[in-house]
Amino acid sequence: MNLLISIAYLVAAVLFILGLKQLSSPKGARNGNFTAAAGMVIALGATVPLLHFTTAGAVIVAIGIIIGTAIGTFGARMVHMTAIPQMVALFNGVGGGAAALVAVAELLHFGVHPAFSLVLPSVLSIVIGSISFAGSMVAFAKLQELMTGTPITYPGQQVVNGLLAAAIIGFALAVLAIASIPFSFISLMVLALILGVAFVLPIGGADMPVVISLLNACTGLAVAASGFTLNNFALIVAGTLVGASGSLLTKLMSDAMGRSLANVLFGAFGQVQHAATAASGAAGRSVRSASAEDLGTLLAYSQRVIIVPGYGLAVAQAQHAARELADVLEKRGVEVEYAIHPVAGRMPGHMNVLLAEANVPYEQLKEMDQVNDDFKNADVALIVGANDVVNPAARSTPGSPIYGMPILNADEAKNIIFMKRSMRPGFAGIDNELMFGPKTVMFFGDAKDSLTKLVSAVKAA
Amino acid sequence: MNNELLNELTFFVLAIFVGFEVISKVPTILHTPLMSGTNAIHGIIVVGALLIAAGAKTPVEIVLGLVAVTLATTNVVGGFVVTDRMLEMFKGRQPAKPSTPAEAKK
Repeated sequence: MNLLISIAYLVAAVLFILGLKQLSSPKGARNGNFTAAAGMVIALGATVPLLHFTTAGAVIVAIGIIIGTAIGTFGARMVHMTAIPQMVALFNGVGGGAAALVAVAELLHFGVHPAFSLVLPSVLSIVIGSISFAGSMVAFAKLQELMTGTPITYPGQQVVNGLLAAAIIGFALAVLAIASIPFSFISLMVLALILGVAFVLPIGGADMPVVISLLNACTGLAVAASGFTLNNFALIVAGTLVGASGSLLTKLMSDAMGRSLANVLFGAFGQVQHAATAASGAAGRSVRSASAEDLGTLLAYSQRVIIVPGYGLAVAQAQHAARELADVLEKRGVEVEYAIHPVAGRMPGHMNVLLAEANVPYEQLKEMDQVNDDFKNADVALIVGANDVVNPAARSTPGSPIYGMPILNADEAKNIIFMKRSMRPGFAGIDNELMFGPKTVMFFGDAKDSLTKLVSAVKAA
Repeated sequence: MNNELLNELTFFVLAIFVGFEVISKVPTILHTPLMSGTNAIHGIIVVGALLIAAGAKTPVEIVLGLVAVTLATTNVVGGFVVTDRMLEMFKGRQPAKPSTPAEAKK
């Protein structure tokens, strides 16, 4: 029997690996998800013979599975595509929380002086899982705009976080070396939860994808640690796979933003200062704005228009309106392309998903490297709800928090139409010189309304 | 220490290498779905949650087990469903591709 279970776990592990492999190429991505899900079903099936149900156990398992399935399905099905990033954060957080609780339950079983090889992974699982849970919840709140997306900092923040970390290490040592008693490991969990919150607070909303990816890798490690506690092969292998691939993915993501991971995680302290001075410096300056009719004419008589979509387009659900504008322009013989910044929207690849939903032809979606040389030949760069990804400060202002981030060269276009709800700075919390540029015209309003107005104006022109 | 622990450590180390290797060539547009997919895979903690919940006897065990199973199930179900929703969007443009002139020539 045990042999069969082991073989089933092995099959599940192989399916997870194959699933990940498929997920990392565009062709097989969807199948990859099914492959991994099949692995999960096999792993669960193989676990059933290991379960020795008490009455209460059977009841809570049934209730837990029903509630969890309902929340998971409902949440994942009902959420708007724009809110996907925070959903991922939420699902990641609950996984971390589950790992920590499993470790707590095991420690309660082990008694006061368990073997070192059991107590060490339990402690790690509690600490990492709790940090991941609390951190993910803060990431969720920031992205869902339940709280401010700008970095929250206060004097001595690093000292406080350092003390929290030290206290966690202290309690961990106490559990390991002195006695594994509930007081110690519950305190450990509470402190780790606080550290999780404190760790994510100073990180700006724009960097949340990287943070979620990092916490995702953390949850993987917490799960692997729980696997050592339970002597369960499936947990160890699957958790470690996620820990390793998640860490690499985190690095790839911060590379795509032109930032180092350390800068993302601990860079907020200097940033706020810069943001504040930049904002006050720009407050008194004026910008040009124009009517929909003028802009419609400009667009209608252009040869080449490049649309730069950003998060503002996503929140306004304006992807369909954008495609409509592109359609009427193309009917008039205007060449239209979309310039997709790697981190447009709120996550790498997020914008591709949204535009694909609106049936924008794949050929018109241009990645940054493909399109950046085209801007100087473009008559109009139409910026729809994007901001930081076209901010020239990334090239020219070494002190700026986004300095060094690769940007779209929208400033090289002959005309720039900057569609925005207001003059509010973008996610990175800094002003954009491009808005004050001589070639730039601002067009204020909700992205969807504005695009619809432009569509009628182009038709009339 | 004992044999089992040694085996587990072996799996752990090998899985680290596999995890790095297997996604090393992922294109940027798939970063989000891939993160979401790995997120679903660590929902395997549901196995651990079931193991502790099934034998629950004391009130503390019952509460821990119930919460752990609920959270882990949410992770695994939500993770896979939301990943599929994202990838469904990508699928939409695949059939469109062969119909374009550029593709037809190939």
